[in-house]
Amino acid sequence: MSKKDKGFDKDRRKFLLTATALTGGLGVAAAGIPFVSSMTPSEKAKAAGASVEVDTSKIKKGELITTEWRGQPVWVLNRTDEMIKSLPKLDKNLADPDLKVTSQQPKYCQNATRSIKSDMLVVVGICTHLGCSPSAKIDPKGDMGDDWTGGFFCPCHGSKFDLAGRVYKGSPAPTNLVVPPHKYIGENTILIGEDSKDET
Amino acid sequence: MKKNNGFMSWVDQRLPVSSFIKNHLTQYYAPKNFNFLYFFGALAIILFVVQILTGIFLTMHYKPDALHAFASVEYIMRDVSFGWVIRYMHSTGASLFFVVIYMHMFRALIYGSYKQPRELLWIFGVLIFLLLMAEAFFGYLLPWGQMSYWGAQVIVNLFATVPFIGPDLAEWVRGDYLVSDATLNRFFAFHVIALPLALAGLIFLHLAALHSVGSNNPDGIEIKENRDKKTGIPLDGIPFHPYYTVKDLIGLTVFLIVFASIIFFMPEVGGYFLEHNNFVPADPLVTPAHIAPVWYFTPFYSILRAVPPILNSQFPGVAAMGAAVLILFLVPWLDKSKVKSIRYKGSLYKKWIIAFVTSFLVLGYLGTVPSNVWGQMPNFIPLLGGLDWATFVARIFTVIYFAFFVLMPWYSKKDKTKQVPKRVTYK
Amino acid sequence: MKKFIAILISLVMCLHNGISFSADGSYHLDNAKINLDDEQSLQRGARNFINYCLNCHSANYMRYNRLADIGLSDDVIKENLLFTAEKTGELMDINMDSTEAKKWFGANPPNLTVTARSRGKDWIYSYLRTFYIDESRELGWNNLVYPNAAMPHVLWELQGVQNLEDNKLTLTKSGLLSAEEYDQFVLDTTNYMVFMSEPAKLVRYKIGYYVIGFLLILLILVINLKKEFWKDIK
Repeated sequence: MSKKDKGFDKDRRKFLLTATALTGGLGVAAAGIPFVSSMTPSEKAKAAGASVEVDTSKIKKGELITTEWRGQPVWVLNRTDEMIKSLPKLDKNLADPDLKVTSQQPKYCQNATRSIKSDMLVVVGICTHLGCSPSAKIDPKGDMGDDWTGGFFCPCHGSKFDLAGRVYKGSPAPTNLVVPPHKYIGENTILIGEDSKDET
Repeated sequence: MKKNNGFMSWVDQRLPVSSFIKNHLTQYYAPKNFNFLYFFGALAIILFVVQILTGIFLTMHYKPDALHAFASVEYIMRDVSFGWVIRYMHSTGASLFFVVIYMHMFRALIYGSYKQPRELLWIFGVLIFLLLMAEAFFGYLLPWGQMSYWGAQVIVNLFATVPFIGPDLAEWVRGDYLVSDATLNRFFAFHVIALPLALAGLIFLHLAALHSVGSNNPDGIEIKENRDKKTGIPLDGIPFHPYYTVKDLIGLTVFLIVFASIIFFMPEVGGYFLEHNNFVPADPLVTPAHIAPVWYFTPFYSILRAVPPILNSQFPGVAAMGAAVLILFLVPWLDKSKVKSIRYKGSLYKKWIIAFVTSFLVLGYLGTVPSNVWGQMPNFIPLLGGLDWATFVARIFTVIYFAFFVLMPWYSKKDKTKQVPKRVTYK
Repeated sequence: MKKFIAILISLVMCLHNGISFSADGSYHLDNAKINLDDEQSLQRGARNFINYCLNCHSANYMRYNRLADIGLSDDVIKENLLFTAEKTGELMDINMDSTEAKKWFGANPPNLTVTARSRGKDWIYSYLRTFYIDESRELGWNNLVYPNAAMPHVLWELQGVQNLEDNKLTLTKSGLLSAEEYDQFVLDTTNYMVFMSEPAKLVRYKIGYYVIGFLLILLILVINLKKEFWKDIK
């Protein structure tokens, strides 16, 4: 076929069509950016979801307080030495005692107690199953049965977690509770929502 | 195109997509002699889509509540990521919509596109224009600035001038004794759903009517009267796609350059697109010194101000303003000329259209300024002494505005028309 | 085309000057030669604004952390500028009760976030420099740009005291700043208020150049495309 069998330059027409379509498509895609971007959390939402300070000096041993970060309950539990000692004994009953699912805690909490300071547990109080907020069953035994060593129990579908937020085998919840990014900005002050640069 | 395309034939048996494309694009024949004035119809549709799209995204963040409306607009301008682009697109789009529509109407006017057989097409167009004005008016209240508020106050009070039922009518429109949260809420409802729906319907009818009768052209010649004997295709017609799609792309790109220039370099356009006073939150207790509607309403606002009260009633002014728009409906029957296009009309018509456009522009300008802008006429002039010059000028041009229409049956008949050629001019 | 754009721009400028501040006011506004690219000036202005204005006037559409746009980090804001809020994500609000304020000044001090857009930069610049002593006023101050303003001259310690004689302002008691220093102080503040009224302005122009550049390329393409197709039409 010759280039000009129809009285026009077919190649040139094709080139111009492709070039215009590509450029135009690029333009439409670029014009979409503001619209897509406008649906991300606004500065207002970011400000409301900004990091929260918690004063840990007021939490007694064995006491749990609930604070709010990004609209979610965050538990801060001051664990007793006994509680900490009891943690490794449970390993065989847990689904992920070795924290293989690393997304559930920051690197600096990738340890036996899942915390920066061994006594202070910071964990998001949302069940990893379907998003209910589990109840705190800190004290051993009680209504949870005699072999209960303390932890959290989700009333929705019966998931159980230990005092490091680790999930028991056989629970509907697939993973351990989430440890949010946090850091110590003073001896007794935790900032929830920000990673410490040297600790990441 | 490939024949026996499996998927397309499957679809076509269930929905006539291919035949629709044929009838309205690839085998819809448009006159080949369109000039740049024929860009504006396509541009109006694109702007409609832009306004709907940006509007949807603004609604995600805007709060139609007297306590929060102003702050929520500022929230869009600063806290929402790229919210300012979307807002400026919407505010600039509103003003440019009127630029485009006015050009589109001017085009129809000078080429006689309202004449038989396109009367319905024109009537749908005027209806769209009316609804568009309502849409813009309702939308202008939403930012809840001083101009929003007092502009709405003034316009709603126009209803109060209607004899007998006026005050009750104005109260009903507002839903309160003054423009308030209730007014804002209902204006929001009209602006975001009622009128856009109605507009979409009318635009569909406008296009349906257009594709049924076919486009007019700068020569005002019916291309369907000269068909190819074998194929039946109009000799002066060319397929809309690809020829006018690629041509409209030029119009669109030039338009987008203007659009983007305003959005990024002068979104306020010196207080014409976004009025300075509208950056002050609405305050029912403080009236701004000078209330002017947005520029696209000012020709009609000027007419309102120009008509003096009769028997202490402002109603004649309101009626005149209404008539200034509604008289457009009658144009197809007012024009008695044998020819459609200005190209073959005589000098009489040309003089009148120049007078009309001039009066529209002067009235438009006068509507943006206080009526004392040119001072007062000296007292030695009988009858008129002490009258504002601007009011005097506005009255003259109001008369010209109406004379263009009212005298049209006379001058269009008397006008010496030229011989219309058989085929369109195209070089 | 270039000429056309130049005409268009000059026309718009004309209209701008014409409509925004009509000539009915007696005082001819001084031109505030602000520069939004001058980060130092903006930062000084932010400090001035927060120290002197943000006690009575709210600016609560603006968040403190938006000052990052003019080069102020969270830590700097926290240490130097955060008086009425606890977090940098908060709005620039004030603690003053609006009914109390009305009692003191006779009017509510307006929110200043977008004042630069309603009044214009020249108005703010001129207004803050034209306060003078007027015993007839309740608070003892009057203003040339905004006669009978409810606001007292908050900055008199810096500017000094001006008297009005024969429609001319004369400094009768000097302040902590020299005349030039005070003008600069007000200019910085104005600059900041223009930024605050539309923070997006800092990026708006830059994005605009890219968009227009892109569209010009597209225009060349579509013109050629149209010409190519229209070769068919005779």
